Amino acid sequence: MAGLGALAGIGAAAGMLPLFALEQTDMSAFSESPVPGKVRWGMLIDTRKCRDGCSGCVVRCHHDHNVPDFGKSKNEVKWIWKSRYEEAFPTASQQFQSPEVENRKVLTLCNHCAEPPCTRACPTEATFRRWDGIVSMDYHRCIGCRFCMAACPYGSRSFNWQDPRPAVRELSATYPTRERGVVEKCNFCSERLVKGLLPACVDSCTEKAMTFGDLNDPVSEIRALLASNETMQRKPELGTLPSVFYII
Amino acid sequence: MIEKALKGGRGYWAWIALLLILIGLGVSAYARQMSLGLGVTGMGRDISWGVYIAQFTFLVGVAASAVMVVLPYYLHNQKAFSKIVIVGEFLAVSAALMCMLFILADMGKPQRVLNVLLYPSPHSMVFWDVMVLNGYLLINLVSAWAVLGAERRGVPAAAWTRPLIYLSIPWAFSIHTVTAFLFAGLPARHLWLTAVLAPRFLASAFAAGTAILILITFILKKTAAFDVGQDARQKLAVLGAYAGTANFFFLGTEFFTAFYSNVPAHKQSLQYLYFGLQGHAPLVPWMWLSLIVGLISVGMLMTPSLRHQNGWLASACAGLVLSIWIDKGVGLVIGGFVPTPLEAVVDYVPTATELSVTLGIWAIGLLVLTVLLKTLVSVRAQQ
Repeated sequence: MAGLGALAGIGAAAGMLPLFALEQTDMSAFSESPVPGKVRWGMLIDTRKCRDGCSGCVVRCHHDHNVPDFGKSKNEVKWIWKSRYEEAFPTASQQFQSPEVENRKVLTLCNHCAEPPCTRACPTEATFRRWDGIVSMDYHRCIGCRFCMAACPYGSRSFNWQDPRPAVRELSATYPTRERGVVEKCNFCSERLVKGLLPACVDSCTEKAMTFGDLNDPVSEIRALLASNETMQRKPELGTLPSVFYII
Repeated sequence: MIEKALKGGRGYWAWIALLLILIGLGVSAYARQMSLGLGVTGMGRDISWGVYIAQFTFLVGVAASAVMVVLPYYLHNQKAFSKIVIVGEFLAVSAALMCMLFILADMGKPQRVLNVLLYPSPHSMVFWDVMVLNGYLLINLVSAWAVLGAERRGVPAAAWTRPLIYLSIPWAFSIHTVTAFLFAGLPARHLWLTAVLAPRFLASAFAAGTAILILITFILKKTAAFDVGQDARQKLAVLGAYAGTANFFFLGTEFFTAFYSNVPAHKQSLQYLYFGLQGHAPLVPWMWLSLIVGLISVGMLMTPSLRHQNGWLASACAGLVLSIWIDKGVGLVIGGFVPTPLEAVVDYVPTATELSVTLGIWAIGLLVLTVLLKTLVSVRAQQ
């Protein structure tokens, strides 16, 4: 009976203490303990389907992750954005390219490399490769040395040169805001994956230009598409083994 | 012993006051940076390191150059260096201190700097750099201070100073090698991605470092009537001349590899620095000034008739320092970011805030160096 009383006490306290009022974690996501290397999340972007002038995925991602909007300034922060073909693939064949491809916009984001140079350079493991292949950030550990930015061959990382919070257009409750002085980048929506949801950009694309899945699962949709299409990775010669693939 | 730095003439105190004013300016600029963020600097998403890291890189070289007096004196018994060896070690101490301050000034979250020790990451070159720089500062400060203290009491230096000084020799090479590895291990930064970067860092360090040492001996001679001797200066000048020659040889090999191979990625940064890229050429005059002044200075140091005259020697040393400061303290770090990973050419201009912080850190280093050298000069004057 004393035990029941204590439980009831905790139950009553849960309503009063904000500590207990936190959103419940979906424990099913942790039912299996993670096996390093078992899963490798990856993305395939069909640039032919990506509609010119559409930036739905960019808007959605930046909204959901409270990415500040500093415009095209030197203080710009971005997780996913559109680049020209030759910017995204500077070492790919450029000469006498069809004008349509030359002008095509390509979605660029963190490649979540299997051999990431950024995590190697980080002096505090504030950026690290997770068990599922996602290159993640610990905003509370980052010292803001920006070594990861110098190391990234894709320009995928942004630094908070000033307080980002006033520049967040519409505060989203789905992801924490950051402080100034730390680096941030695309996290493959790990906060959505843990709930069994697809990344926000993939979810938002009306043209279904993005396919997300486990690159280590030979029967996954992404692996079937990779096997049946000619695809590219950005700067493959650097040995970083990007997990983002492109159909041109 | 440090109390000796509290006695000085008007000139000495005027110099200290000037340094304190500069430090005050630097601190107030840093306060602005701390409250508004690193956005107050000229750095940005594309050029994410600027003058801070560039000064750090240059000063690691200055710190390492103490080995140019320590090695001949302790390993080869070159008596000519007996009076200059502690000057070199104190220069190393102040330069290493400035290095650490520049790193701190560059950090977005300096309050978390101890994370580097709390979560040691041997795969990161920064971790090793923090280790070797702190170690180098300590080794030089402790050994030079102990040797000077013994000198003051008129007794031979303690036996433990010897192994410590010997350790400082390979340690000096390590600090600049690790600093080069900070840059040389990053894929897709082609100006840095070169095996010759570490040797070139060492060569330019030994050239600029010895030149600074020679200039300091002139200042000490003039302001404190403390002369390390013409012999020491001449020997250093020759060392500086050869180190400078090696530096320009290595630079030449970079040009050959980039332009003969004709690989765009290898050429672009050098094109940006020396000729301009896609219409952007803000550093071109600087780089050519560095190249021309550096070559002339090395030529002057190589010519005995010029080297033997103090006026020529001092101007050649000043020229060499300027040349290598531009090369490492401006060109190397900024040039490495151009073009960006997405092939954009972006220019970087430091802001007044950034320059004030930089000046403040230089003033802190000079203050520490002044105090250490004043102590040295006073101890020596006593005897």
